Amino acid sequence: MNEKAVIEFDNFTFKYRTQVDPTLHDINLKIYKGEKVLIVGPSGSGKSTLSNCINGLIPHIYTGEQQGDVRINGKSIRETSLFDLSCMVGTVLQDTDGQFIGLTVAEDIAFALENDCVAQDEMHARVDEIAGIVEVGKLLKSSPGELSGGQKQRVSMAGVMVRDVDILLFDEPLANLDPATGKRAISLIDRIHKQTDTTIVIIEHRLEDALFCDADRIILVEDGRISADMTPDELMSTDVLIRAGVREPLYVSALKAVGVELEPEDEAGQIDTLHVEKYADEVRGWYHKQPHVQTRAYGEEVLGISHLSFAYDQNVTVLEDVSLSVRQGEMMAIVGKNGAGKTTLSNLVCGFLTPDKGEIRLNGSDISGLSVKERGEHIGLVMQNPNQMISKAMIYDEVALGLQVRGVPEDEIKERVNKVLRICGLYPYRNWPISALSFGQKKRVTIAAILILEPEIMILDEPTAGQDYRHYTEIMEFVRDINKKAGTTLIMITHDMHLMLEYTNRAVVIADGHLLADSSPAAILTNDEISDKAYLKRTSLYDLSRACGIDDADGFTEAFIHYERAHSRG
Amino acid sequence: MERKLLTYEEKDTWIDKLCGVTKLVFFLCWSVTSMMTYDTRILVLMLVLSLIIFKISRTRWDQVGSVFKFILLFLIINLLAIYLFSPAEGVKIYGTETVLAGSGRYALRAEQLFYEFNIMLKYFTVVPSIFIFIVTTNPSEFAASMNRVGISYKAGYSVAIALRYIPDIQADFRKIRNAQMARGIEMSKKGKLVDRIKSTTAIIFPLVFSSMGRIETISTAMELRSFGKHRKRTWYMARPLKRNDYLVIAISVLFMIVALTITYMDGSRFYNPFV
Repeated sequence: MNEKAVIEFDNFTFKYRTQVDPTLHDINLKIYKGEKVLIVGPSGSGKSTLSNCINGLIPHIYTGEQQGDVRINGKSIRETSLFDLSCMVGTVLQDTDGQFIGLTVAEDIAFALENDCVAQDEMHARVDEIAGIVEVGKLLKSSPGELSGGQKQRVSMAGVMVRDVDILLFDEPLANLDPATGKRAISLIDRIHKQTDTTIVIIEHRLEDALFCDADRIILVEDGRISADMTPDELMSTDVLIRAGVREPLYVSALKAVGVELEPEDEAGQIDTLHVEKYADEVRGWYHKQPHVQTRAYGEEVLGISHLSFAYDQNVTVLEDVSLSVRQGEMMAIVGKNGAGKTTLSNLVCGFLTPDKGEIRLNGSDISGLSVKERGEHIGLVMQNPNQMISKAMIYDEVALGLQVRGVPEDEIKERVNKVLRICGLYPYRNWPISALSFGQKKRVTIAAILILEPEIMILDEPTAGQDYRHYTEIMEFVRDINKKAGTTLIMITHDMHLMLEYTNRAVVIADGHLLADSSPAAILTNDEISDKAYLKRTSLYDLSRACGIDDADGFTEAFIHYERAHSRG
Repeated sequence: MERKLLTYEEKDTWIDKLCGVTKLVFFLCWSVTSMMTYDTRILVLMLVLSLIIFKISRTRWDQVGSVFKFILLFLIINLLAIYLFSPAEGVKIYGTETVLAGSGRYALRAEQLFYEFNIMLKYFTVVPSIFIFIVTTNPSEFAASMNRVGISYKAGYSVAIALRYIPDIQADFRKIRNAQMARGIEMSKKGKLVDRIKSTTAIIFPLVFSSMGRIETISTAMELRSFGKHRKRTWYMARPLKRNDYLVIAISVLFMIVALTITYMDGSRFYNPFV
């Protein structure tokens, strides 16, 4: 490796103008040319601030007080303009929709060149070349609306690579992608890294997915300080991740549950390199000692769907002949790649769309005659982004809204709102403005606003998207509590394989408008064929169990999840 | 299904193939002429031409229909207001008075009707050209052409970005409306008007917040890719002017000059059939 530091933090402390305490404390960090580095850390740890220093948004856009210095290619970020910094550092932002500027793929890729006043001929040639590298050559004339999440991300990458940057900075590249697309994105980043000798910095909290391709170093940021800076293999042999609230790869958690103490020599950074042979006996022994997992029995059918079909127009069928039955008290996941028809299914159930064929039953009777509002009393929908649902300034008013429009008397409203706020852990904040809440708390408010209508079924669209492990656990434990206390049946639309494994009893897989599978999450995530078709990713527990000579990977996965559930709640 | 209201759609017509700047010049000449002249002969000619061009551009009714209805409403209000505040304006302009019915201040006069008919014609000549301009001009090329006629590219780009986000904001709007309807907030035609107006705040509030989030992301993304670095920039989509472009520009300017000359030849911009 070339010993030239391209990114250098030198006793760097930074405090945002609007904040009382510094977000970063005394950071010392060197990243060398050609390295590939992962930066991990819980929300609010300062990892985004760190990345904003690398691309120059700090101090040029977000101002504040700083001590020490950050140098990119030897130049201080303070003395270099944002324009010059952006020629050295290319940033791919988290929001793939939001950062799309051009009206077509080609224009978006060319955007930086246009601003650099590059001549049109040269621009066309350069765009063609870069589009080829990220494999979007055939999409040059497409508009952003026609692209999938993965394609949008490729275009974003092309848009920054077009300038020959030395450093590529990715801010949570996996946040909005289904697991298989995420895996492809990581491979593409890896290929670019190998082909171009660009320095790669990836900020991500989905560590297991990000480690699908090897990284040179992982930097753990915690409370504005760097608390670990080591190779993946070294990091897996410690417990700093768990203490910091970052999720370890599942196979590592499983090995630790078995009682294995990993050493750096075990090369546990990736499942493929892990020397599992020496622990195989231990893992097998542990597995045979686990109690057989009892499946819970559920009540009557609350929601029945038979032979449901839907098409936006004759040519584009979105759902075809989908049948399923949801029982009272279930926690169920609907999974599948982006655009597979999951959201359409929930839109049909809620009545936003009308099916072409088929029947939807609620407690045994057909609901085709019910209006959206009437269905809303039985089936509650919680959208992915709480900001898209909240329409009042105060928590109390937001939660009360659904009852007010139904003309419920004021004292009954008060009583019910207070009760729901207690269930949701929001009672102490009832007179707070919503703007003062964190994302996770806002999510709770939207759930509370639905829960107050006492629906029998609640549909949650991506309940944990973009949340770190601590918030993820917080939201999901809360949701599970509601399921237990209020008996609400929960249907979750999700990309998150962990969520599906840990919090649901059943998963329905939709691929290209068809119902592909309806089974236990462990069975689905250990089945290659289904995982491939639905753009899911086989769980690493499967590989672990196979490598240890356990044939029943499904059973092993169930056993581990069960064990973890029992222990995490201690 | 998604309705594409007032958005650019690629159609393979010769109007489509013209440069944005050509269409801008045409649009400007056309509107200036229509605003200046009250010469009924010219207005009628322009109306016929607008309809022909509208047809050639293959603009579909569903692209513009609801906006057109809105403008129509506006037109009616405008015509009524003129009658209300100045019922004898036509008499002042044309110098004669022909009462058709009634008497007193609000007597119905032929001159007034003719005057208001001219105003209506003006609306109908300008509106199709606005529609044609919007639905046949690729928004990114629009920015490039604004820049070419001397307007700062930053201003042009902000318009292009706004156009670019129309479909996204429409999608957000639908999502938010659906979710609020499911909570029991009545938005359909069944509800009372007052309730419906009240309930739109339940959409506007979240819509504004999510749009503000978008604005922040996009401006960061633009900043990180050096938008505004130089006083000039180049355009990926810029097209050189071709023969048809020069022709259309020449005809537009010529038409404006001839039309305005005819209009002002007799010293007044009104065509007077009453003397």
